[in-house]
Amino acid sequence: MAQTATKDKETTDPSSTIITGKAFVVGRNVDTDQIIPAEHLVYSLDDPEEKKFYGRYSLSGVPDKQSGLPQGNIPLVEEGEFESEFDIVIGGPNFGCGSSREHAPASMQIAGIQAIIAPTFARIFYRNAVDGGFIIPFESEEDLSQIIETYDELEINKEDQVLINHTQNKTHNLRPLGSVEDIVMAGGIFEYARKTGMIE
Amino acid sequence: MTLTEKIIARHSGKSEVVPGESVWVDVDVLMTHDVCGPPSIGIFEKQFGKDARVWDKEKVVIIPDHFIFTEDKYANRNVDKLRAFAADQDLPYFYDVGTDEYKGVCHVALPEEGFTRPGEILFGTDSHTCTAGAFGQFATGIGNTDAAFIMGTGKLWVKVPETMKFIFHGDDMPDYLMAKDLILKIIGDIGVDGATYRTMEFSGTGVQQMDMESRMTLTNMVIEAGGKNGVVDPDETTMEYVRKRTDKEFTPVYSDKDADYHSVYEYNMEDIVPMVAKPHSPDNKATAEELEGTELDQAYIGSCTGGKLSDFKAAARIIQGRELKMDTFVVPATTEIANGLHEETVNGQTLYEIFTQAGCHIGNASCAACLGGPSDTFGRLQDKEACISSTNRNYPGRMGSKNAEVYLASPYTVAASAVTGTIADPRKFISN
Repeated sequence: MAQTATKDKETTDPSSTIITGKAFVVGRNVDTDQIIPAEHLVYSLDDPEEKKFYGRYSLSGVPDKQSGLPQGNIPLVEEGEFESEFDIVIGGPNFGCGSSREHAPASMQIAGIQAIIAPTFARIFYRNAVDGGFIIPFESEEDLSQIIETYDELEINKEDQVLINHTQNKTHNLRPLGSVEDIVMAGGIFEYARKTGMIE
Repeated sequence: MTLTEKIIARHSGKSEVVPGESVWVDVDVLMTHDVCGPPSIGIFEKQFGKDARVWDKEKVVIIPDHFIFTEDKYANRNVDKLRAFAADQDLPYFYDVGTDEYKGVCHVALPEEGFTRPGEILFGTDSHTCTAGAFGQFATGIGNTDAAFIMGTGKLWVKVPETMKFIFHGDDMPDYLMAKDLILKIIGDIGVDGATYRTMEFSGTGVQQMDMESRMTLTNMVIEAGGKNGVVDPDETTMEYVRKRTDKEFTPVYSDKDADYHSVYEYNMEDIVPMVAKPHSPDNKATAEELEGTELDQAYIGSCTGGKLSDFKAAARIIQGRELKMDTFVVPATTEIANGLHEETVNGQTLYEIFTQAGCHIGNASCAACLGGPSDTFGRLQDKEACISSTNRNYPGRMGSKNAEVYLASPYTVAASAVTGTIADPRKFISN
């Protein structure tokens, strides 16, 4: 879970209980071409210098008006930067639909995002986020993209499965992680498989 | 059990599985390409060691197809990485760029090369891997981490999906209609998340009379409804296609008559008319007729969805002898289809002659502008163009510019629009 910390961001231990930070809000059906446009899929994810570009272009395909709701015209990552000032992305239904590119959840992690919360996720994005141990995909009971505003200060309590919005003084329930919880807590499919003795 | 449940049960060593259950399955084929192959290899080497060998080199298929005909140095470097890995691992099924082995779009090359065998499990690092379900295979898209895990172990966990059944009634598809219209109709009806986590199974007399290419169009786009996989029960049409392409043994399975389904949808093909998905979502449905007169700048025929030989034959029927009213791009999915353009004829003229005479821009076999790609990609949208396309996605920016507008339609509707200058209903050109 190593992150390149350019803004003194704290790296998160997958088993820690609390995630805190600033919200970045987008709408429904944000597909993987919006999360990381295909033209940027050429950079190496193994080379630390090239890899940073995934952070720079994360969510850069979202139309300007829908980027950083409700106001809009707010990029996840400022032009020329590699890391975001935001920590938690709030999406509408069907977040991550479209292609199977794992570069999508990876780009969000590289930008410094720690969690994505949406009422529903597209299947492959959700699986990639979990199996790759990039960011934790939490399902919310309501469509929080209609309630939470970009820049709101949030706190996720994994154990109690709640999201506290300190800016709006509201608490929202999150759904249990269910069958993927063990993989999330282990930090990914490889870590899980080693823990359970499936691979050495 | 359904066909999907039976395949998962057999590959997990169980006599029965039920939807919602998570099981580990043995993988028959793992496919990757130039975009997701290099990072998958990177994870494989990191996790299993630099000297690790893939679990079964006969089961790993590498088909570069995405960013091929480009000057982009990173994209070309990525193909070099695949080349080095294939040589190092001594992989027999690597279809290298710049050689006679080069194929083009993986989802069409896989069946051509005999990898879409009924009853088997195929995972691919591409969401349109679901295309292979047309052959009665369980096939779905995965990410780099899962692909790396399979490379080392030959296994992956899957959650057994519920199955939604779509029945098409009618003995003959109306002549103006294509499988693309049927799947656009379904996606429009159930929405881009209408089948999330589920299997979409296609059946009925309407599907039975379809050739393999048309069935592939149906299963190709299940991901656009959020589906995990799409399937068609194998039949004589399936067997004839597969037997010509492989000698390998396989055991087809079929859905039981009393299998449990999440839901059943029924359609009469005669009731369906040419469909279009408006910007910026595949479920933003309209009929071609409703959109007649909509201004366009470009037409595009290609991709795993709409770049097969029957797609070009359909387009050629309309373009033959007519004048194009806009830039029209023709991109065969594979080299086999590119060769077919010189052999297949309409009224004695080859498809290639018809397209070149009309002034179409004909590109090399690859994914090309379907997913935008590097800025020098053939047919890519660069700014505010409006494009009608036989491809599969029209979310903002998909074909290269987030200022562009993409309309998805059948090759008939794309061709009819290309010769009209605005969106056109192909029934004006082809009567039943």
